[in-house]
Amino acid sequence: MATLLINGRTAAIPAGGPASGPWVPVDQMAALTGWELKPEGVCLGERCVPLPPGRAAAFERDGWFNMAALAAHLGQPLVEDADTGTWCIGEAPADRAVALDSAMAPDFRLPDYRGTEYTLSQFRGRKVFLVSWASW
Amino acid sequence: MWQALTRELAETNLTIVAVALESRGVEAALPYIEAASPTYPCLVDRQHVVAELFGMVNVPTAVWINEEGRIVRPAEPAGTNDAFRKMDPATGRLAAEDLQVLRAARQRYLDGIRDWARRGSASPWALDEAEVRRRVAGPSMEHELARAHFRLGEYLWEHGHASRAQAHFAEAVRLHPESWEYRRQALDLEEQGKSMGREYWAAVQALGDRPYYPPVIGPGDQSA
Repeated sequence: MATLLINGRTAAIPAGGPASGPWVPVDQMAALTGWELKPEGVCLGERCVPLPPGRAAAFERDGWFNMAALAAHLGQPLVEDADTGTWCIGEAPADRAVALDSAMAPDFRLPDYRGTEYTLSQFRGRKVFLVSWASW
Repeated sequence: MWQALTRELAETNLTIVAVALESRGVEAALPYIEAASPTYPCLVDRQHVVAELFGMVNVPTAVWINEEGRIVRPAEPAGTNDAFRKMDPATGRLAAEDLQVLRAARQRYLDGIRDWARRGSASPWALDEAEVRRRVAGPSMEHELARAHFRLGEYLWEHGHASRAQAHFAEAVRLHPESWEYRRQALDLEEQGKSMGREYWAAVQALGDRPYYPPVIGPGDQSA
């Protein structure tokens, strides 16, 4: 069993993929990764990305989908820890640039120290002074 | 400090939200939170998500967000500056004049928050969109790779692979050397207390003329 960290999720990838790398079964892809295979391409929520024509085999084979090929196609970093069979797919610089350019604060959800969940957006209508700290 | 400001600005619509960037989780943050008896939200961020989203590379770092959810001051040191580098690492002592510099910087920054809390966009501390964009460093593949390595390291540490975790933290630091939050969190996960130890101070020394906390550019300051 391998593990893929993607889109804020921890996906346990079943064994049996057609080649090395983070391949996921197409029928479990949405539940595991958030990405879903649709006629128009690969979709994450509202966002759909067409797959390059003629290269279908690089992405999909025998009911499995190659997440590494998708990351490369999207310009997302993929890092691996071979010893533990763990991958992590990060954010594409181009996507980060779009978020930064809007100057709007990206939303997040985090628990407080008692376990109560907060989102940044719940403070809409108020000024927020968001400050980081650490014990270290 | 934030509790006193929360009380003082209670009549304004400012909310202070503190985020502990703490891969060890609540247990590491709790003694400090309890000591502060906060009435403002104190969130715990094991994966340093907030640092990633807002480009924070050190603590304490703050971002100011207005009523519409727009950033009016991007990530910057929250009321501290490089005078702390004159500290004696062994005793934690600072000379009176350096302490004075730190106090003045903090005072000025807190006055800026007060002014914005009371006057909103009329405050010269609130920046327009173009200036916010100008102050934010553009993303790069190195930094996104560093983030992926840090995330992987944090996951491996949490799942009992401490030495593999450190290998990925080292990669994150190599790819994004300006990120003190990677470096110091990694040292802390290696051994609690190490984040303020010999290796840390050596890395700070190695900066030479480069800033550890970049100066806060306030109204009337020369922009960087």
